[in-house]
Amino acid sequence: MNSTGPTEYAAYTTGDPLADTKAPAGPVAERWDTRRFEAKLVNPANRRKHRIIVVGTGLAGGSAGATLAEQGYHVVQFCFQDSPRRAHSIAAQGGINAAKNYRNDGDSIHRLFYDTVKGGDFRARESNVHRLAQISVEIIDQCVAQGVPFAREYGGLLDTRSFGGVQVSRTFYARGQTGQQLLLGAYQALSRQIAAGNVEMHARTEMLDLVVVDGRARGIVARDLITGEISTHYADAVVLASGGYGNVFYLSTNAMNSNATAVWRAHRRGAYFANPCFTQIHPTCIPRTGDHQSKLTLMSESLRNDGRIWVPKAEGDTRPAAEIPEDERDYYLERIYPSFGNLVPRDIASRAAKNVCDEGRGVGPGGQGVYLDFADAIRRMGRRAVEERYGNLFDMYERITAENPYEVPMRIYPAVHYTMGGLWVDYDLQTTVPGLFAVGEANFSDHGANRLGASALMQGLADGYFVLPATINDYLARHPHAQPVTDEHPAVREVLAETEDRLNLLLAVDGDRTPDSFHRELGELMWEYCGMARTEAGLRTALARIPEIRREFWSRIKVPGTGEEFNQSLEKANRIVDYLELAELMCLDALHRAESCGGHFREESQTPDGEAARRDEEFSYAAAWEFGGTGGSPVLHKEDLAFEYVHPTQRSYA
Amino acid sequence: MRLTLRVWRQRNADTPGAMSTYDVDGISADMSFLEMLDTLNEDLILRGEDPVAFDHDCREGICGACSLVINGDAHGPERTTTCQLHMRSFHDGDTIDVEPWRASAFPVVKDLVVDRSAFDRVIQAGGYITAPTGAAPEAHASPVPKADADSAFEHAECIGCGACVAACPNGSAMLFTSAKVNHLNVLPQGSPERETRVLDMVAQMDAEGFGGCTLTGECATACPKGIPLPSISAMNKEWLRARRKAARG
Repeated sequence: MNSTGPTEYAAYTTGDPLADTKAPAGPVAERWDTRRFEAKLVNPANRRKHRIIVVGTGLAGGSAGATLAEQGYHVVQFCFQDSPRRAHSIAAQGGINAAKNYRNDGDSIHRLFYDTVKGGDFRARESNVHRLAQISVEIIDQCVAQGVPFAREYGGLLDTRSFGGVQVSRTFYARGQTGQQLLLGAYQALSRQIAAGNVEMHARTEMLDLVVVDGRARGIVARDLITGEISTHYADAVVLASGGYGNVFYLSTNAMNSNATAVWRAHRRGAYFANPCFTQIHPTCIPRTGDHQSKLTLMSESLRNDGRIWVPKAEGDTRPAAEIPEDERDYYLERIYPSFGNLVPRDIASRAAKNVCDEGRGVGPGGQGVYLDFADAIRRMGRRAVEERYGNLFDMYERITAENPYEVPMRIYPAVHYTMGGLWVDYDLQTTVPGLFAVGEANFSDHGANRLGASALMQGLADGYFVLPATINDYLARHPHAQPVTDEHPAVREVLAETEDRLNLLLAVDGDRTPDSFHRELGELMWEYCGMARTEAGLRTALARIPEIRREFWSRIKVPGTGEEFNQSLEKANRIVDYLELAELMCLDALHRAESCGGHFREESQTPDGEAARRDEEFSYAAAWEFGGTGGSPVLHKEDLAFEYVHPTQRSYA
Repeated sequence: MRLTLRVWRQRNADTPGAMSTYDVDGISADMSFLEMLDTLNEDLILRGEDPVAFDHDCREGICGACSLVINGDAHGPERTTTCQLHMRSFHDGDTIDVEPWRASAFPVVKDLVVDRSAFDRVIQAGGYITAPTGAAPEAHASPVPKADADSAFEHAECIGCGACVAACPNGSAMLFTSAKVNHLNVLPQGSPERETRVLDMVAQMDAEGFGGCTLTGECATACPKGIPLPSISAMNKEWLRARRKAARG
């Protein structure tokens, strides 16, 4: 449906620079208080009159919906899952960071701020990150009050552990199921508001487009996944909490149905998309076993607290792990990064794993794996203590691989896990479409070019419980008397017609290839050329190939059944339509950013010892892309990043 | 390996369903059960037939979406979720029956997909602690004995899949409801709403049409997260305590 050739698409234009006008000036530690004071409030009696749409019920959406409803707004909430409790946040394993300094180990809000800006390789906004660090302590209080069963010590106080990229122990956890427990806390708070009639919940209903009227976000078009009915929903503001876009790669640790449709459709309606090439490849996932693989499974980063990563010193050493003597093993992270060792940030650990595998020292089938070994930990603290900390992860590993990690080392390999990029938002979490807000992984805000472990849960809950409920008031107070929108409005009719046409076309092609076959093909291309290491030539290859796949998709796709029924093939195909466009923007963003930073590694830009080489003079900005129309090339808007508190340096974890 | 599948096909809630037979070939032992069904569905689409609808999402055993009765067992022969069941648990030439959860409170949506919204309504009746955002005291203000925290966690592990209901000859939701009651009632934070929680959740559970509990214990055997059977007696005790307290006024 897009006739532009790769050359025209890559010849993007640069538009006006973009600035975040909402973050106040002044000392970074006071900005959030200042903004909260300056933001207008909505009188409690008037809140009932405002409807707010929230799309998604994960940590960000669930906590936002519950909190906005507690404040008195009328919330209309959507999730495509059969229950709001199943949003993908549930699968987060390791933990949530907070600068409580309960360990008295030198932690502070400033240190969490510093670690996160540095961990993000100096591509995040200082104002946002500092606010995140401040709010982190309130999140733990809130979750404990809700009954989240965090791990505790014998004295009854909360336990913490360490995560990658930091030297303090600030990660709170609930065994390997922290995301599940935090999400259930938010889901239960949301359930209380549903029962009270303050939240109108639509489960198994998927947002397919955004309604923009007179330049403001006023509603969504959604499809009831059981009956196939297309419906419109209107409100005074729309909040997208629809998660990340890692499933562009087909194989990732994301849930099968996590998708980019809500954010991509919002982008097409005017919301800028920032840093789409910043994707996180997580170092510790279970390697794939064959072509049938439908998804990849993460093994929590917390395992790197006690597990030691190694490969054989010699190339092509196929002996079982137990037969390789100690002096013939290369504990490469401990060797290259002695001060952080196995706890280097994710991007660094992933690239190091790729490097040793590229050298022919990988282990397991196809040599695409490295060992994560607990033998020392079991000797040091006993099997029972290891079981207490990681039992459920070990069980999961054994179920998937049929190998017992208490006896043989785990085999792990990097996999796509998280997307730092997302809709561009200002300090208020508002996108470039007035009235459209984005929270959690759906926005680009806090992680720069690389997210530190246990920071996604922190950001999702910070956005939903504390940031958005304070900032959305300002928008609503300034737009108190919105005219009602009806289905007869020309803007609505246009969106509805486009949605229906798209679904009808998908059903009408009746070709000879399944939706999955296209998704897999796109994913392999992206992993090859826009994955752990990127080159100009590779990205140009991908940019040439994606429009071809797209053309083939629209002539050969086969979607059985009709649109007026429960039709999982239609759901899938419709999501792939958006992946096929988003993938192109990811490659273009990766091509234009001719530097390496965080998870974005351009082979042309590295230090003599193979580390990512940033080019701050040219690229110290967030790249916000404006949709260039179907078939057109996008427009780049740069938001310059200023670092007043954390001076950009070459990251060193050695 | 080569397998024969007998799968429940049902167009929608209003149309009667029946078992249909399919052969699948080239199945590897490393595939998950759902990847085996993916293989079947790819074939069905190319043959112009309607693929088999089934709920699934995280495929790592935590979201609780997947829900198949396999050879008569909820989630199949291993003690795990369907998505974490691998084909190495089966043999070449096997015939495998695949059905949806069977319970009157979980009506079939299509094929193997059922409507579990009754569980959401049981939680809405009281499966929460009233703690509005911003009102929380400092987290260390009330220490929780480790044993209580561990017990709360053990019950909070429930993924809401509904295997307990599917496995129960009475279609009872006692294990699901008791898991949430025991998670919250054991904690000091959950104590103020302890009585209303258990009374309201049990009343909602009954109103949804779940059957009564006769302590056959099938639920705890099927539970992929190992929610223990004594959870039910603990809830009964809580319920009696709350009723007595209510009767005394």
